[in-house]
Amino acid sequence: MPGHATPAPDSRAADPGGKTVLQPDDVGRVLDRIAHQILEKTHGGADLVLLGIPSRGEPLARRLASRIEAFGGVPVALGTLDITLYRDDLRSKAVRPLGRTVEPAGGIDGKLVVLVDDVLFSGRTVRAALDALTDLGRPRAVQLAVLIDRGHRQLPIRADYVGKNLPTSATEQVRVSLTETDGADRVTILEEAG
Amino acid sequence: MSRHLLSAADLTADQAWEILDSAEQMDAIQNREVKKLPALRGRTVVNLFFEDSTRTRSSFEIAGKWLSADVINVSAKGSSVSKGESLRDTALTVAALGVDALVVRHNASGAVQRITEWVGCSVINAGDGTHEHPTQALLDAFALRRRLGDLAGRHIVIVGDLTHSRVARSNVLLLHTLGAQVTLVAPPTLMPAGVAGWGCTTSWDLDATLAGKVAGDVDAVMMLRVQRERMSGGYFPSEREYAIGYGLGSARLDLLPEHAPVLHPGPMNRGLEISSVAADSPRSLVLDQVRAGVAVRMAVLYHVVAGADPATELEVRA
Repeated sequence: MPGHATPAPDSRAADPGGKTVLQPDDVGRVLDRIAHQILEKTHGGADLVLLGIPSRGEPLARRLASRIEAFGGVPVALGTLDITLYRDDLRSKAVRPLGRTVEPAGGIDGKLVVLVDDVLFSGRTVRAALDALTDLGRPRAVQLAVLIDRGHRQLPIRADYVGKNLPTSATEQVRVSLTETDGADRVTILEEAG
Repeated sequence: MSRHLLSAADLTADQAWEILDSAEQMDAIQNREVKKLPALRGRTVVNLFFEDSTRTRSSFEIAGKWLSADVINVSAKGSSVSKGESLRDTALTVAALGVDALVVRHNASGAVQRITEWVGCSVINAGDGTHEHPTQALLDAFALRRRLGDLAGRHIVIVGDLTHSRVARSNVLLLHTLGAQVTLVAPPTLMPAGVAGWGCTTSWDLDATLAGKVAGDVDAVMMLRVQRERMSGGYFPSEREYAIGYGLGSARLDLLPEHAPVLHPGPMNRGLEISSVAADSPRSLVLDQVRAGVAVRMAVLYHVVAGADPATELEVRA
């Protein structure tokens, strides 16, 4: 498919601005730790499925999967889960383009699914992801891994694996840049929501 | 994107690609156990059909239902239309039921456009007279892209009853937007007036065109239905003569390059514009087109109906 679906990389890596809270090396170390924690908590990750939530959860899930395979020596099923059609604000916003949903080869029935996203904020994305999962199948259990937890939850949702807890004010904006989508790894806080 | 989809010309290249990309995602739902997405939950879509249809109406119905909309079919037969109600009254009556979108097919060109002037909801053109059928062009582009990859620079030949074909007009417009080159082939009597302004190569010689002697190598050929119901007669001497001059038989199939698929919007007149050999060959995209119809119409409904009203959106932002 010609690359019309993938948005062009924005300029966030070139000029991050704001306050940098994770440098490129930090992002790598944080992902190493999360991969080890997933292996530990799932007792070796036998029936593990990683589902990245587009756009930046997708490369994060891919990186976690390759780390878990390297550390644990087990193959990890990998997929993506687009939640656009499950959002609760479809009616109040302009139409958004859809992301990709790729179900892993073995499906998700009876598996331990770990959802992977970049930032956990209101919890509404994760709520939508749980609904989307229901339509794909019935996992044995669902867990959540995020690079940044910035607080301000609006729903009773918490992450099982957190890269960094980042206390923020509601008006601040957390920007996650990744090599795959933005050219370099970096997490910054910007003063005002853009 | 606009609240309506009336013409393939309404779409910019970016919008068309976005619909086609969304349709790729929508298509994946066909392999799922639960064929349901919540995007249009609580929305009501009415299929208002003043003309017969199988695939367009049923695929719009399935598309709406898979997106969780409530879908109601109103057809001219068995409704107040057969009692002499005017188009305006019928449209206003249906809209007054509180619908979010009307999907309209009518035998008069421009009727769907007129309806947008009367009702406040979204309107999607599902074929108006000999004018346009934009979702058919989108699903053709979808099926073509799946087979050929990128459509830019591709050469598509459209053959047959061009005068009465809304499918041809919408396809010409959309294929142009997507960067493809189009050649139209028809007997002189079925070549539309003013075709010179369409920006296409035209020819009366199907064999030469398929062999690449008119406008270069062919990447796909689209056969159109001979629309007997719109013909008052006299366009060609006999069906047999039409089939000999413009039907896609096995000899013409062999003129095409190896990679070139055959399309037909259906319903097919086998033995007239297309032979069974062509219709059932591995080159044929006919069933792919039908399948694409659901995914593409889901994408169109999503883009036209799901988001906020542009007016409301401004209020929310302010």
